[in-house]
Parts: sequence; C-alpha cells; structure tokens
Amino acid sequence: MEIFKADVVIVGGGGAGLRAAIAVAESDPSLKIALVSKVYPMRSHTVAAEGGAAGVKKPTDSLDYHFHDTVGGGDWLCEQDVVEYFVKQAPIELTQLEHWGCPWSRTEDGHVNVRAFGGMKIERTWFAADKSGFHILHTLFQTSIKYPSIQRFDEHFCVDLIEEDGRVQGVVTIEMATGKFHLIEGKSVIIATGGAGRVFRETTNGGIVTGDGMALAYRHGVALRDMEFMQYHPTCMPVTGLLFTEACRGEGGYLVNKDGYRYLQDYGLGPLQDKPKNKYMELGPRDQLSQAFWYEKQKGRTFEHPTLGSVVFLDMRHLGEAHLRERLPLIYEMAETFMGLDPAKELIPVRAGIHYTMGGIRVDGKCAASLPGLYAIGECASVGIHGANRLGSNSLTEIVVFGKLAGDEAARYVKSVGPSNSASLLKQAQAVEQRLMALKTKTGGNERIAVLRKEMTHTMEDGCGIFRDEQTMQATCDKLAELRQRFKNISIDDKSSVWNTDWLTAVELDYQLDVAQAVAVSALNRKESRGAHQRLDGPDGAYTRRDDVNYLKHSDAYYVADGAPRIVLGDVKITKSQPETRAYGAAGEKADQERKASHV
Amino acid sequence: MSENHKIIEIEVLRYNPESDDEPHLEVFKVPFSDDMSVLQGAQYIKDNLDGSLTFRWSCRMAICGSCGMMIDGIPKLSCETFLRDYYPKRIRIEAMAHFPIEKDLVVDLSGFIAKLESIDPYIIPKEPRTLEQGEYLQSPEEFNRYIQFTSCINCALCYAACPQFGLNHEFIGPGMMALVQRYNLDSRDGGSAQRMQLVASEEQGVYHCSAVGYCSEVCPKHVDPANAVNVNKANAAKDYFLHFLSPKGGSK
Repeated sequence: MEIFKADVVIVGGGGAGLRAAIAVAESDPSLKIALVSKVYPMRSHTVAAEGGAAGVKKPTDSLDYHFHDTVGGGDWLCEQDVVEYFVKQAPIELTQLEHWGCPWSRTEDGHVNVRAFGGMKIERTWFAADKSGFHILHTLFQTSIKYPSIQRFDEHFCVDLIEEDGRVQGVVTIEMATGKFHLIEGKSVIIATGGAGRVFRETTNGGIVTGDGMALAYRHGVALRDMEFMQYHPTCMPVTGLLFTEACRGEGGYLVNKDGYRYLQDYGLGPLQDKPKNKYMELGPRDQLSQAFWYEKQKGRTFEHPTLGSVVFLDMRHLGEAHLRERLPLIYEMAETFMGLDPAKELIPVRAGIHYTMGGIRVDGKCAASLPGLYAIGECASVGIHGANRLGSNSLTEIVVFGKLAGDEAARYVKSVGPSNSASLLKQAQAVEQRLMALKTKTGGNERIAVLRKEMTHTMEDGCGIFRDEQTMQATCDKLAELRQRFKNISIDDKSSVWNTDWLTAVELDYQLDVAQAVAVSALNRKESRGAHQRLDGPDGAYTRRDDVNYLKHSDAYYVADGAPRIVLGDVKITKSQPETRAYGAAGEKADQERKASHV
Repeated sequence: MSENHKIIEIEVLRYNPESDDEPHLEVFKVPFSDDMSVLQGAQYIKDNLDGSLTFRWSCRMAICGSCGMMIDGIPKLSCETFLRDYYPKRIRIEAMAHFPIEKDLVVDLSGFIAKLESIDPYIIPKEPRTLEQGEYLQSPEEFNRYIQFTSCINCALCYAACPQFGLNHEFIGPGMMALVQRYNLDSRDGGSAQRMQLVASEEQGVYHCSAVGYCSEVCPKHVDPANAVNVNKANAAKDYFLHFLSPKGGSK
C-alpha cells in the first residue's frame, strides 16, 4: 500500500474538480491537494459539453431573470437560496475563466458574446463556438499546472472513502498502470466525479460517466437526492446518442417531424416563430421538448428509419454553411463524419437521449454533505439549482461557481480538525484492498460484465424513460434487484495487475447498479409529474399532474445493503418564487405580464 | 446493428507485460455494421470475446483525445475511423508509435504530460486585471491570431507521426509547439520570453524538427502544428540573434 498524506483530496479532475483544486491552492498555498482522476483530467467528460455557460451579461438582463428562469425551468424543485447565490456568482466565475485564457467567442467590439438557450428569457449563454466544455476544461487543466501544491494522481481509480471518528479522512485508489493500491489521506474529500448517464442505453455521456462518486458517498450513508430526474436531451444522434447541442436551435435551427412540420407549436410552445425567440418553440425547455418527441411518436408522426429507428429532424439548412462553420464547427464535423451528411444541405435525424443527472449527492448550499469533511460538486452533486429539470448552460456555470465555493470551504474546514490516526486509516484501506482483490481473483463466476450492463441499461430505458408508469417502473426495480444478485456471480477474464480495465469495469458496474436502483426506486416513489419525471398513471390520472401538496419535496434515497433504497421526502427551500403554472411560448409571456401587473 | 452482419478480421497488437516477452498479433473476427467505428470494433472484442483487451476511450466524438492508435500503420482516433472503410481486408490496430507500450493499445503518456507541464501552458498576464475590471477585450484580429492553436485535444497522434520524436524523446514535439504558440499569440499573455527558453533549447527545442509535416497531416483537429513549429523556429532564431544584442536576451 502506497501512502500519500494530503489536506484536501479531490476525486474527479473535470471542470468542477479542477476549479476546486485551484480554489484550495489560491486560498492557502501551504495546503497539500491530491487531485485524483481515473483519466487524465483533460479527458474528463466536461470536454464534451458544447453549447455554453449561463451568466448574466447583457444590460437588458438581470440576476432576477436568471433566477426565475432557473426556478421555473426546474418546476419549483430548486433550492431558491442556492439559486440566488448561483446567479450572482455566475458572471464573476465566467469572467475568471476569461482571465485564465478561455477563448470565449467575441462580439465585433471585442467583448464576450452570448447566445440564446432553451428556457432562458434573455441571451446569457457564454460560448466558445460549440466546444465550450472543451475550452473550459483545457483552460482549467492548464491553469492548474501553475500551482505546485496540486499533486495529481492521474489514471487512479477511486474505490472507497475512508471514514473514521464520524468524518471522512481519505480515499483508496488503484493506480491503473500498475494495479497498486494507494491510501490518500485527507482531512476533507471533495467528490467531483460527474453524472451517471451510462446507467442508460442511449446517452450523450462518455464511457467514463458511471456515477462512481455518487455510489461512494451513498454507500457511506449520504443521501442521493432527486435521482428520478434524468434529463433527456431532445436532439441526440440516434443509436450512438452523441449530442447535437441546444445551440443548434439557439442559432436558429428548427425541429420538424416526418411531414416537415414544426411540431412544437402543438405542445404549448407556439405560436410559430421564424427567428429564434426566447422561451418559444425550439427554445423551450428540454423536458418539454423531449416529451413532445414522445407524443409525436405516439401519433405516428416520427420518421421510421430502417436502421436508426424513430426519429425527427433538426433542420439548419436555412442558416447557411458559413454561419454553421463559424458557430457550430464541431456539430458540422460530427454530422459529416458520423452520419455522412451535410447540415447546410440536409436534415439531421435526431431523437431524445439521456444527457444529464439532475440529482446527486445531497449537499447544502456550501457544498457540504452530511458526512463531515465530505463535499460534492458538479453533476455528481445535488446542490439544488436544477430542480426537476436543468436549463441548458446552467451546468457549465455550476462547475465553476460551486467548484470555487467547495474549494474555499474545504480549505477552511481542514484547519478545524485534528490529526488522523494513520495506523487505523491504513488498516481500513487494507480491508478495502482485500475486498477488491477478492473480486478480481475469484473464479467460477459465469456472468459477463457486458451482459449485465446491457440488461441494466435496457431496463432503465424501459422503466425510467420520458414517460413512466407504476408497472414498468416496478419491473425495472425488480430487474435491478435481480442484476444485483447476479453481479455476485460475475466473471472477470483478466487476472493481471497492469491496466486491468476488465476488473475496473466490474467495479464501475457495481457503482452503476447502486445508482440505477436509486433512480428507479425514487421514480417509483414519486406519485406525480414534475419536470423530467412524467407519469401516465394514477387514480383518474392523478399522477399525470404536478402535486404540490404532497410532492413539492425532494426525494432522498438512502443505501440499504442488499436491498432497495429507503426513500425519505425532504423540504424544498422557497424564498421569493411561489410555485405556479409552468408555461412557455405565448402562454408563458401572458403569465409573465400578469405577474408583473399584480406586483405593481 | 442489423441482423445481417458482415465479418471483419481485426488484427490487434497484444502485449501484457506480466506474461509476454514481446508484443504479438492476435486476430479477432468481428461482426460489424456500416456505422461501426474501429473503437466499437475493439469494444465488441472486449465485451464478447476477450475482456482483457485494453485500450483507452471515453467520449466517442473525437474531443476527449483518449482513443488514438495506429490503424493500418497510420495514427488515427479510433472513434472516428470506420470499419467499413477497411472491409473486406483485414484491419490492423496497434499502440501509438514512438511511445512505450504499457499494455495492448495503452501507451505510457507520462513523458507527453511532463512536456505539457514544462511549457507554462497558462496565461502569464501582460497586464494583470481584477475581476471587478471585467473581461479583457480581444478584437477579431487578436482572437483569430491564436484561436486555431487552442483546438489541440492532446491526443498525441502528432507525436506518433513525428519521425524526430521517434529518434529523440526529449524533443518537445509538435503538439507542445502548437500550445506554446497558443499562449504566445494571445493578446492577454506576456509570457513568451519565458516559454522561448525551452523552445530554443538545444536538447529539446524546435531545431530538432526536420519539417516533414506529417504531424499536421494526422492532426484530427486541423491545429497545424507544423506551422506552429515553423513560426517558433523563426522566433527562436530571432531570439538567438537578439541574445547577442540585448543584455536581457530576446523576447517578442
């Protein structure tokens, strides 16, 4: 066992983890930081974010507008005090990225430019062409190199948290290149491991997005909050699930069905607009656009492609090649490379696919989890800004706003706790090593990892899709319980030490099964429709509607060893926005005006 | 995948340091459809035929930079290279050239990362600015000067292509030259003098480039590192010359 003693351990080297590392380094250069990542940090999935990051920029915009867009977009399941902090810090942190070199796209006069995004009243999405996440990630990674107190553990796979005296005191990792176990001691641990999209089949998420950190915290008794809210992005590449950014529509792209009809006008998002109009048509929120896709399919108005299945089309032909190449160069290349078509001349077949995990490790407004010393940030966390449906471009901002905050908080916290009992931590770490080695070396199993994974992703899609009902959700919960049992009989082909990805994939699958159960059981338990959780059932269709009396509540899922999670409902913090009807298009505008009039 | 699969033979350079003295080739028969990438071919092998096959991958959309390998001898990202373009011939995949193999298709990138860390790849502000002062302004001309060099995804394919890196692993190499340019040409940055010391150094510096230009050919993001190398060569020469004239040494 190799041992490293840090003050702050950060698990995950994406945008959130890197921003936190820099914050710790800047707040106190004497603190030792261990930054653990199962890939090189610039491979982290932040890299694939395309559209941009939201922060008030225009003189016509206001923090209040950003707040109301976010809370309404989240169907009032947001922690409103946290949203207030978030919108206030957003422009500051995005400017900080600019100072560090992020190549934000500019206006002719040299200022940072902003673009329109779904569910946002005013253009406020800072963008770097359509590679915003890529540029943010590389900017943060390269900037992090400046700080000598950040010690990176690249290609280290985190297998457990070490808890002692009721607080977290470190992590155990496997160095992938050697298979050696490391105990990394730390007075505080920040989890920044990203989402869990890979528990589903068709997803925009990269292969590494397996919910590792969520499962780690969950197994240590920390609640996973609001896991039933999985975001379907309306414009994904069929089969592969690769993402066509919302910026395609922000720049003026249309969504049409098999008849060339802009069907969103039938779903409360109209009337039809020629040019992009904020909160209308294609610039509605993601949950409603994905639901509209589902309805179109029921009505037989999707195109049935012989190999791709049911699709609608993204039409950007009217935007012209020059504009597309400038604003959406990655999208252009993806359409050419992966689909063999020219978006300036042809329609792009798309459908809704899993994109984002709104829920996550429950933390307070300061990013602190219930286990002392533990923090969580970014997609793996539920700090409370997304509610039941995240607005596009809020999550890239989230990683820097809360990355900074968690770094500052963790740096402060480590000074308040005493030294660790290293011998005792080592003993725990050795027990973790034994458990993991037993998984690798065991023989006689006959379940293939890939088979279990496939069954998991299919059952998640069946039971926790865009629309849900009790029967299919129950079937999914039962299936997951079965897979949990079958996992015990898993077989691992590779018994070697060096770069044993067969073994690590099995550990990931173990994490994924835990997270999948939290998603499915939370979904089954929520007997209403809100944001990304839409039901088709209930007595007289009662669950098809939002139920603020019983379910204006968070769901906290608690781990139960060898059983289904225990779900507890928790209160939602409301400061200045009382729940009302969620409306977009003309209806939304009318509601806005009425609200304004009543306040006069 | 449709039911009527074609079968392609994928020949993989295997190497497990714990059991093999030398890398060796192994052939797998893989059913495929026309939309399948080489990466998906490797995933098929791992999922169904041999779970010990080892390779890096994540995003599947040519932006994370993980999945580079030699495909029929040419450095490529396996996620955006398609099996259909090789069928019916057998396709060979091997670890990226010029890097030590750790296992199968995984190479040791620690030297590459050390180079990245050595070039000060961050803004060294020319005129420091507080957050209250807001953003730096950048005219379209200033922006266009450096933006191309920001596109590098650190996939290291240009190193697998570079004959000089193959001969001398100390050579700072094409990708890092492009990254040096990315910061040197940024109007917010004032660190070029600091970076030029390395660029002009005898052991690692730009003079090792023999102007083959293969790096730019294989670059999946059109960063054109060969161009960056040449600009750096000119700058390094200028720097070397100015060194004699100015007591502080040259800078831009």
